[in-house]
Formats: sequence, C-alpha cells, structure tokens
Amino acid sequence: MPGPSDPSFDTLALHAGAAPDPATGARATPIHLTTSFVFESSEHAASLFNMERAGHVYSRISNPTTAVFEERVAALEGGVGAVATASGQAALHLAVATIAGAGSHIVASAALYGGSHNLLSYTLSRFGIETTFVKPRDIDAWRAAIRPNTRLLFGESLGNPGLDVLDIPRVSAIAHEAGVPLLVDATFTTPWLQQPFKLGADLVFHSATKFLSGHGTVVGGVLVDSGRLDWERSGRFPELSAPYAGFHGMVFTEESTVGAFLLRARREGLRDFGACMSPHTAWLILQGLETLPLRMERHVANARKVVRFLAEHPMVAQVGYPELESHPDHALAKTLLPRGCGSVFSFDLRGSRAQGVAFIEALQLFSHLANVGDCRSLVIHPASTTHFRMDDAALAAAGIGPGTIRLSIGLEDADDLIVDLKSALKAAERAAA
Amino acid sequence: MKFDVQGRTAYAYTGGRPWGDGERCVVFIHGALNDHSVWTLLARWYAHHGYRVLAIDQPGHGRSDGPPLASVEALADWVLALLDAAGVASAHLVGHSMGSLIALEAASRAPGRVAGLVMVGTAYPMKVSDALLGTARDDPARAIAMVNAFSHSGLASKPSYPGPGAWLRGGSSALMHRIQEGAEGNLFEHDFRVCDAYANGLEAAARVACPAHLVVGTRDAMTPPKATKELAAALRATVSRIVSGHALMQEAPDAVLNAVRQAISA
Repeated sequence: MPGPSDPSFDTLALHAGAAPDPATGARATPIHLTTSFVFESSEHAASLFNMERAGHVYSRISNPTTAVFEERVAALEGGVGAVATASGQAALHLAVATIAGAGSHIVASAALYGGSHNLLSYTLSRFGIETTFVKPRDIDAWRAAIRPNTRLLFGESLGNPGLDVLDIPRVSAIAHEAGVPLLVDATFTTPWLQQPFKLGADLVFHSATKFLSGHGTVVGGVLVDSGRLDWERSGRFPELSAPYAGFHGMVFTEESTVGAFLLRARREGLRDFGACMSPHTAWLILQGLETLPLRMERHVANARKVVRFLAEHPMVAQVGYPELESHPDHALAKTLLPRGCGSVFSFDLRGSRAQGVAFIEALQLFSHLANVGDCRSLVIHPASTTHFRMDDAALAAAGIGPGTIRLSIGLEDADDLIVDLKSALKAAERAAA
Repeated sequence: MKFDVQGRTAYAYTGGRPWGDGERCVVFIHGALNDHSVWTLLARWYAHHGYRVLAIDQPGHGRSDGPPLASVEALADWVLALLDAAGVASAHLVGHSMGSLIALEAASRAPGRVAGLVMVGTAYPMKVSDALLGTARDDPARAIAMVNAFSHSGLASKPSYPGPGAWLRGGSSALMHRIQEGAEGNLFEHDFRVCDAYANGLEAAARVACPAHLVVGTRDAMTPPKATKELAAALRATVSRIVSGHALMQEAPDAVLNAVRQAISA
C-alpha cells in the first residue's frame, strides 16, 4: 500500500536536525559558540553526566550547532547518528580507535588518500594496529586477508588516485561473513551520489572539508553509523559488548541496540582524544549541506563536459574517469554510481614533468593547491608537488606519471573551464621544445 | 540481566546498575518491534534514584528467547512471571504503545502486585488498519518505513535520543529492522496483530486498583490522544500531554521523564 515515508534527500538537506530556535525564533541554525552549558540543578548535572538525560555539557563532547550538522549528515546517509570531528583524518582515527586497539588488524584498500595510507601504514602500526593492503578490485584478496583479530575492512567509495570504484555490496558481504564492519570513506561521492549504507556498508566517514562544505573555508570530518552491525553477535568487539571501566561498567550494546558504536565514539573518543569540531565550523558546513544536491549535480555536469574535452584532446594520453568505457570499473560505476562519479579525477598529459609544470602555471581559473571538492576548480601536479621527491620509476609504481594532473572541477561555467584548460594544454605543448 | 521465565531466557536491562535488593521497582515494557533500548534514559534515571529497574525485552524480541507470545493476555502473564523470577513482590509498570496494553492487562490480573500504572503513547482499542496489516504481512520493510514515518512528528527533536547527534528516524528504523531480522517469522505482523486483537481493555481497566497515569503525544498519529478518552475515564487516570509524536521517549525524553515522575516519584 502507498503510505507515508520520510522526507526526500533534498528536503533533509535543508531541514534534518534543525528547527526554529525555541528561545529566539531564529530560523537559521544559531552558532552556539560556548564551551559549556549551565545545569538547572545539581541533580540535573549528575543525570546528564550519568546519561540519565540527554543534553549538552561541554562542547568537546557535544554542542547544539554541531549536533544539527551531525543529525543532518546522518539523515542524508540513512544512518542512526553521527559524530563530527576536527577533520576527515580525525574521523578515520575515531572509527579505528573505537573498535580497535593494540593487537588488532585492519584490511584496507591500497587505493587510499595518502593521509589515510600514512595513518594506517606508519602511525597506527606504532600503536600495535596492523593493516594489510589489498587491491580493491581483487575481491578474493579482501577475504584472504581477514584474520581472527581483524576488526575492520576499509576502502574509499572512489579510490585514490585512479577512482577505483569500491564494490561495496561484495566487500561488505565478505566483511559480514567475518562479523566485522565495512568502513567507507565517501568524501569523493557524498551521499548525493551514493549512500554506502544502502549498498551494505556499516560505517561511513567524510572529510567534510570537501564537498559537504563545498566552499573551501573550513576543515572538518564526520563519522556516521548505519546501526546495522550486531556488535554483540559478532563476538569480536568487547569494546562495545563488555563492561567499560571508563564509564562505570557501561555495556554500550545494552545501552543502545543500534547506537552502541556512536555512544563509545563520543563518550570515549571525543572525551579522551578530543578531536572535536568547532560549532563555527559546523555552521559553515551546514551552509554547504543545504545546497549539496544542487552543487553536486552541477559538479558532475561540469566534470562530464571537461572529461569529454580532455579525452578527445591530442595532448592527453588518458583520462581516469569511471564513466569512460576505458576505465576498468566502468560497468561497476554504472551500477553503483548512477548519478555520476564526482568531479575529482586525474588525467595524463603527454610529455615530460616540465610540461606538466608548464600546464599548471598557464592555468588562470584553476587554483593550484592541495585540496578538492571546492566550488572553485582546483588543480595539482603530483610529480612536482605532493610526490616531487620520487623519480619517474617510483611515481609509476604509485600509479602516477610525470604528466599526471589531478583536477577538482568546480561550479564555474564549464565552457570557461575548457577555455582555460585548452590554453594551458597549448602552453604544455610549447614547453616540449 | 537474564532470568528464566516460563522455561525460557528473558532479558531485562537494569538501568546501568547491578540487579539488587530493594522495595521499589519499575518495569518498563516496550512496544511493537522494539526492545528495552527505547527506555534506557528513563531506566538509568530510576535505577540511580532508588529503584530497581527491569526494562524488558519481550519474548522473541532482542535478547529474550522466542517464540513471541500470541496475545496481550499471555504477555501480561509473562511479565508477572518475570516479576516472580526476579523476586519482585510489587512494581510500577510503565508501557509504551503495545507495551502499555500489556502493562494494563498485568495490572488488572494482579492488582496487589502493581503499585502504579503508566501508559505512554497509548490508545484503546489499538486497532490496526487492514491495509497496514496487509503491508506488514506482504512487505515488512515497507511497513516499517510507514510506521517510522507515522511515529515521528518532526525532523529535529532535541536533545535527541540517546544523545546529541542521533538521528531519531534512522535509529527507530534500524531498531525495527534489527528486531525483525533477529526474530522467528514475521514479528512485525505478529506484534501488530496482537495490538489489533486485544479486546479486554475496558474490562481490565475496571479491575485496575492502582493509580493510573497516561502520557500522550499531542502529535501522535499512531495512537492519537482522542483515542484515550474512554480508557482514561475507565482508569480514572491522570493525563500528561506532551508535544511529541508516537516515539515519545525519543522525541521528548525530558518531558516523558517529568510526566512519569508525576506518577512514580523518586
């Protein structure tokens, strides 16, 4: 029978988690720049600390403005809740630290953002958490890498740098066979392009710095739980299913059947690691979220035009965009990313490292910097910036050529972007001499 | 905390404190396709204010063994058997929705053992439309989505449950799916048929000897406030009206606590 449903995505992007302020009538979400919240009485204070009442105590743990952001992202992802963090990196760390410790093991896609790779490879290993990296398309490798101490499978919805499309249905099925969650970094796709929970993922995080904010103004992250994994039944997660001495013997899975993970992430992770989001940052990202559907539609439309232009240009050897038939995940992308594959991609310029530099320096509209997901178009040349210490052989091993260029297509008129690229490609061609 | 009730394992959350001795006890009874976790804030509050607390998982729900019981009357007997197993002579019964009918029936069956009755998000009769029962039978996922949308009155209920950052509609949906997937058979349809079939409410109300209190949501589309008038009169109940949908404990946890405290003072 037809019947009521929750509001649609575009409505949630504007309204989820926010209502007119009861104290002032303010329609827009106020910025609650306060560290602390006054208790009504000693009894009220005690009950807040002891989780007998819900409410705010101290802005490292929760804040009204930040909570609106958290609830809105959770709504857009189809989750049970979220925890906002100081950055995307902090969100990844919080996800790991909530369910893993010394002696734990992670299976991760090898196609990761460099910062995530560093955290898993070098930093977490110093704390006794080991990671096995697998090629994301090698489904058998995911299964083979799982050990008795594995706590997490982790990949990016669109991998770095080649936009490998994570086969979330198959990888999540492998994770669930082992009783562990699949965590997805969905920064490049946002919930408008793909909702990983609907495909089987259990946890999602974003660098909200990128498309969720969309304006290149703030750094932030957010970690969302689907509430679907039965941590107790899994038997691998005493952090959630056994008494926690750090909170009066609380058993998180008893406290909240579907919110245990987020309870611990907030009650331990934000309390003790402290990588919280500023309410001012949350407010700015909320401004971005309100127009996320409109912006993502335009980002993708512009990216498609630019990809089509580059793919036909003689100075371009290859464009790595899953909507192109040449991409190894083309078929998978059509299934899992029907709305589009985002607006961040790389292409290979024919020519030398010097020609790549000439291309970058000739661009006028594209900003040369280390970020993606801005409303303005961005560009970076890995061989002369992020990977400049590598020789050509080492670059090749990392999947990066001397002429590899990464673009983040913004919201300008696509024709203007193409004029800018055409001019820079001409400059690169002249630099061959 | 697990008990043996009628030969099967029954689970009850004890409010974050060890189960112990004491005169005063509050039993919280959840609604259809839910479990004890809809009560944890209230349960913690009472457990830390001088009461022993049992927030139960009904048979076949969550951590309690199945099968689910076939009627409100059988569930009421089960609650009374749980009190026996836990060594509780007398308790306040607080129920939500389907759980409120179970509390009512238990209070009528053992008037000497029930110190107070609180019915939250209640109605009598609790009829379910044929269309919804049919959807529950044929497409439980769709029925869950419908009931979830019916049960929440807004998109921003603060301070959220169980705490800030929780998306209530997502939490309620995930809980119903979890309980349904962990159950034997179509528990969603079962629970709604149990509500629909209960016909003893007014007779039960006439036998209730303890004080009764109703807590209703002014925006409740599942059990609208007007559907409580006859019941309230039969129980001679006091009534608290809260701005909330049917998911009262999630949408308005502080207001529900204040209302329950009117009935069960600490």
